[in-house]
Amino acid sequence: MEVTKITSATRVFKIGEIETKALRGVDLSITDGEFTALVGPSGSGKTTLLQLIGLLDQPTSGSVFINGQDATNLNRNQRADLRKSAIGFVFQFFALIPTLTAYENVEMPLLLNNTKPADRKKRVNEMLEAVGLSDRGHHRPDQLSGGQQQRVAVARALATNPKLILADEPTANLDSENGKQVMDIMQRLNKETGVTFVFATHDPRVISYANRVVTLEDGLITKDSKNGKH
Amino acid sequence: MNIIQLFKLAFRNVGRNKTRSLLSALAVSGGMALLLLMVSVLEGEMRGALKNTIRLQSGHLQIRPVSYEEGKTSLKWEDLISNPNEVITQISTLPQVTAATPRLFANGILTLRDESKGIQIVGIEPDSSANEPFREGLLDGEFITADDREGILIGNILSEKLNLKVGDKVNLLVNTSNGDVVEQLFTVRGIFTTRTPGFDETNVLMPLSKAQTFTATENHASSIFVLLQENEQAEPVAQAIQSSKYKVLTWQAQNEFVVLFENYANAFFVFIYLIVLGITATVVTNTLVMAVFERTREIGILAAIGMKGRAIMAQFLAEAAVLATGGVIGGLIIGGALVSYFTVNGFYIGDFGITGVLFEERIYAYLTMENTITLAIATYVITLVASLYPALLAARMEPVEALHGFGG
Repeated sequence: MEVTKITSATRVFKIGEIETKALRGVDLSITDGEFTALVGPSGSGKTTLLQLIGLLDQPTSGSVFINGQDATNLNRNQRADLRKSAIGFVFQFFALIPTLTAYENVEMPLLLNNTKPADRKKRVNEMLEAVGLSDRGHHRPDQLSGGQQQRVAVARALATNPKLILADEPTANLDSENGKQVMDIMQRLNKETGVTFVFATHDPRVISYANRVVTLEDGLITKDSKNGKH
Repeated sequence: MNIIQLFKLAFRNVGRNKTRSLLSALAVSGGMALLLLMVSVLEGEMRGALKNTIRLQSGHLQIRPVSYEEGKTSLKWEDLISNPNEVITQISTLPQVTAATPRLFANGILTLRDESKGIQIVGIEPDSSANEPFREGLLDGEFITADDREGILIGNILSEKLNLKVGDKVNLLVNTSNGDVVEQLFTVRGIFTTRTPGFDETNVLMPLSKAQTFTATENHASSIFVLLQENEQAEPVAQAIQSSKYKVLTWQAQNEFVVLFENYANAFFVFIYLIVLGITATVVTNTLVMAVFERTREIGILAAIGMKGRAIMAQFLAEAAVLATGGVIGGLIIGGALVSYFTVNGFYIGDFGITGVLFEERIYAYLTMENTITLAIATYVITLVASLYPALLAARMEPVEALHGFGG
């Protein structure tokens, strides 16, 4: 089943009189359980594509589907609702709320989802355990290492049990050991839960984890290789 | 996200930059404290002036002859009340009346050596409880007695200006009811203060019977000064004792200027309050706008994980509510302390001369519960209103722009 589908998507940014075509007509379909890497040089459009898939932005033309639902023309609140239930995010920077503990950061999407307190507690503990941070729940982000923070971010992305996780350069700010740990966790969760991962990366070590590699250049998909054969 | 979680997060966010939050809350506190002080001083000033004017000048009621006109001091027979004691006997039967006493007013000139000064002679019944303010305010010498034929009391300001002491002799000159000019040497028996410079500079008190003899007004009086148990009783009692033979004036009717002055002062002070609150609001807006820009990426993260604009807005409003609560509590503490000090000690204004209003030389703050609650609510609401712009700014941020760094 298609978790997300992009058809003929273009995205044009206009700064003053200058137009920049970040995407020039992209078609992409991601199915359930994929572990897909978006690769390409800076400015190739992979971030813009992730933003469109994540409903953080809207295409200039073309369509975006999430779990079969056309999300192209949804308003802000409808997109927020769909993101809340269907998509998890892992950002390049360690995107945790600094005033919340690791536990509370993971709990935040469940609060927004109005999950019952008992279910919330169970789910947060499960997720923290899944990323190996059960004993760090009461630590604030500034009391955690970069790798631990990124693992909390992975736990938060998975908290509401979305079908799709989008990760932007998830290991870019980590050393190789922590980067490997994060990728190992993501891969394990992909295999164990069947959740779909799409991540943008430059890192060849990260690319090697992917079972599908989509290459973008100048706003177009130039290569799409499956089974990790890049 | 429920309200408890919202405020839990708000508390932590406010605590992020403690110095800045403290300064913002202090700005709110300072503004509110200043307003409390201003309101209480204005209230105290007005209450003091009214209380003073009632106890010294207007009474709760005054019975005047039918021909009486405000500001006119006349000793013509038609402008005087004949047989005042008869009227006093009648109205004293009313339970609300605590004191009723005749007074005679005459314009005169006090001369001493080569100096002279226009004064008002007030004939009083020395034993009446209505004249307690003068008796209590005696600074030197002794109080006049009803049968004193040469003694007068003067206010301390007049005594200072003319360098008069107890025992000094002064010449008083007055126009009698017949139109004759008479003068007599009087002895200063005592010096009093009502702590009201405007009164203490111009009034010379003498026994009523002597004043009647001196001005040839026989047993007549200019007015009957009536004190009641409560201010609010003036109107019903005035209705009850109305007669075609005389005019009954309530303290409200006599002090229209005070009421008018209070209204003008209140209207003027509203602008001052708005300026103070406006400055406070600017500080709060500035603080929260800074917080929004500092936390742009965080707003993007919250939006990305599904927090809607109105929830983000609620977050910033909750932070403003925390600041406002702290500010209002601080304002109540600081303002309460300031008001308490000035309620006890007051501050000196000297002779704040406005015709028709007897201001005391010191203003004492007077804070009512109603004013406190009104100002606390106003400060709270203004702080919340001030946070609307930054809250909207945060709520309207596009997640993709707020995140900014989502990829390369």
